[in-house]
Amino acid sequence: MTEGEATPEIILDVDHVTKRFGGLTAVDDISFSIRTGEIFALIGPNGAGKTTLFNTITGLYKPTAGMIRFQDRDITGLKPYKIAEMGIARTFQQIRLFAYMSALDNVRIGEHPRMHAKLWDALFKTPKANREEARVTERANELLDFVGIRQQAHNYARNLPYGSQRRLEIARALANDPKLLLLDEPAAGANPQEKRELMELVQRIRAQGVTVLLIEHDMKVVMGISERIVVLDYGEKIAEGKPQEVRTDPRVIEAYLGKSA
Amino acid sequence: MSRPSPRSDLAMRWAMGTFKDRNRTIYTLLIIGVLLWPSIADVTTGGSGNHLVSTAADAGVYVLLAIGLNVVVGFAGLLDLGYAAFFAIGAYTYGLLASGQLSGSPLHHEFHLPFWVLILVAMFVAAAFGAILGAPTLRLRGDYLAIVTLGFGEIVPRVFRFLGAGSPIGNWTGGVNGISAIDPPHLPAFISGPWFGTPIQVVSPFDFSDSNWAPMDYYWLIILLVAICIVLVTNLYNSRLGRAWMAVREDEVAAAASGINTVAIKLLAFSIGASFAGFAGCFYGAKLSLVSSENFEFIVSVSILIMVVLGGMGNIPGVIVGALTIYIVQFFVLTNLPDYAVAFSNLVGLGFLNQSGPGWVGLHDEVQRLNYIVFGLILVVVMLIRPQGLFPSRIREQELEKGTAEEAVFDVREASD
Repeated sequence: MTEGEATPEIILDVDHVTKRFGGLTAVDDISFSIRTGEIFALIGPNGAGKTTLFNTITGLYKPTAGMIRFQDRDITGLKPYKIAEMGIARTFQQIRLFAYMSALDNVRIGEHPRMHAKLWDALFKTPKANREEARVTERANELLDFVGIRQQAHNYARNLPYGSQRRLEIARALANDPKLLLLDEPAAGANPQEKRELMELVQRIRAQGVTVLLIEHDMKVVMGISERIVVLDYGEKIAEGKPQEVRTDPRVIEAYLGKSA
Repeated sequence: MSRPSPRSDLAMRWAMGTFKDRNRTIYTLLIIGVLLWPSIADVTTGGSGNHLVSTAADAGVYVLLAIGLNVVVGFAGLLDLGYAAFFAIGAYTYGLLASGQLSGSPLHHEFHLPFWVLILVAMFVAAAFGAILGAPTLRLRGDYLAIVTLGFGEIVPRVFRFLGAGSPIGNWTGGVNGISAIDPPHLPAFISGPWFGTPIQVVSPFDFSDSNWAPMDYYWLIILLVAICIVLVTNLYNSRLGRAWMAVREDEVAAAASGINTVAIKLLAFSIGASFAGFAGCFYGAKLSLVSSENFEFIVSVSILIMVVLGGMGNIPGVIVGALTIYIVQFFVLTNLPDYAVAFSNLVGLGFLNQSGPGWVGLHDEVQRLNYIVFGLILVVVMLIRPQGLFPSRIREQELEKGTAEEAVFDVREASD
């Protein structure tokens, strides 16, 4: 959501990344580049290695080989919180909210790395801390509004309906003020109407200047909104290109559409 | 309480809120109890309530410890089984720097620094040890951390015992005998009274060990320290740090992905918890005028942990009530239980039980032997009836109702998409 900054054209560069778990190669020599400001989709059948790649980008896993660059800086193997601080936020396929914290507090956690109150401020409730807290709370409410769940701000995250939990996770990620947002199957388990609404939300997020990398299992969902798509199958990249190119690629049809459609 | 409201309004709001908010009710009752305790003690004992006031001051030490451990266990969810080690470090810091002890050490120089300085020093020393212990171990998951802290809790008292006369590096800590004749706190002036039998007067200079005032001034000092700590910890709990601790406790992976440096934030909780123990240790050493490694054994760590769990993890007033309850049970009910048993058996005509015979050492001693069984039974019963503790935080209450939050796991999740 930062504007007016000189940003390089390539925001994220995945360079020959491989991730092995023992004998299993979950991600095999994958390369692609995401341009600043686009909506980029990562698709593929179950077990294709999409989430593993996400976890590798966000530092939960260290890649076995290869390099990941974010805005021309090498982030390979950095700790997750460092990567989040640099401006990559994410959601999880299996929703990982702080279940027993209010929706508002969940979003305020997202703002944690952008806050400056130190131990001293926290202990003595200094005016600085109070001002910051007020500012953060206001922003959190705005974000809840943005994703459309403002009226549920004070409910425990676990008590929200499923669709709202997905939205809350997105709001928490946005609170991090990311330059790149990674969404792991945001529309999973949603009905067609909700899917349309979520895709519309993704477009609004991009309109704010955030680059979006999206994982989706259901290919039809991303066709409409993504500019470019990478297709994974068994950890390998089998296609890359615009939606209409990917759709007609024989390997994709064989590996993916052929089975599910 | 956090709303900016006119002062005059504050008392009214407080009173109104008391009936709605359980925590406020507890605080209000505690304040009333604290203010009335010296008078109650005097009246019930017919003017010789000093030892009761002194006991209350000792209980205050445990309240401080419980509040500190609550930061570690209740807020950040880290199981610390060696908390008494930091208590010992605080007490020894004060003992060494405010007594003649170090004149016999290789330094050949004794220190008599003022209590008010050393209480801060003890805090920082304990916090530093917390950081030293935490830095390499907080990467570990819960169970492993518990074991490491357990080990630390065993090592520290032994080190203090070992560094006495005859150790290879000289006599630093007095070994088995510990450090005695520790300086009491001093003040340039102090307003004494008015309380039972004592008129208002200004005492100058004021010495805390003066037998005329001793129990009462330690009592008010610990009340002051506890009050300060309650305010600070409540602030922490409501700050960005408190929120981050809660997040780490709930889901470490999600917290890290949200930009929280989970190791650093856990280390902070650990250090802050340790600093409270240092704080308490300093007061403890000053009041007792003696520190000995025996007073910081495993049972102390366990007692404090029980106070936190039984009172209601995460909720500060609950933890205070837990600390007072356990203190009363441990040091009052259990120590007097043999006498109660003897009196009871005489009363119901079973006086013969008090005689010792073959295979029977008399009721008094038998009950004394069973002390910890009774203690254990009390704990089991309470935890069965109220597993969430006496006054839990609302979050903990819900967690226990619906099963605990899912444990966070790094890098071992299946590579499934």
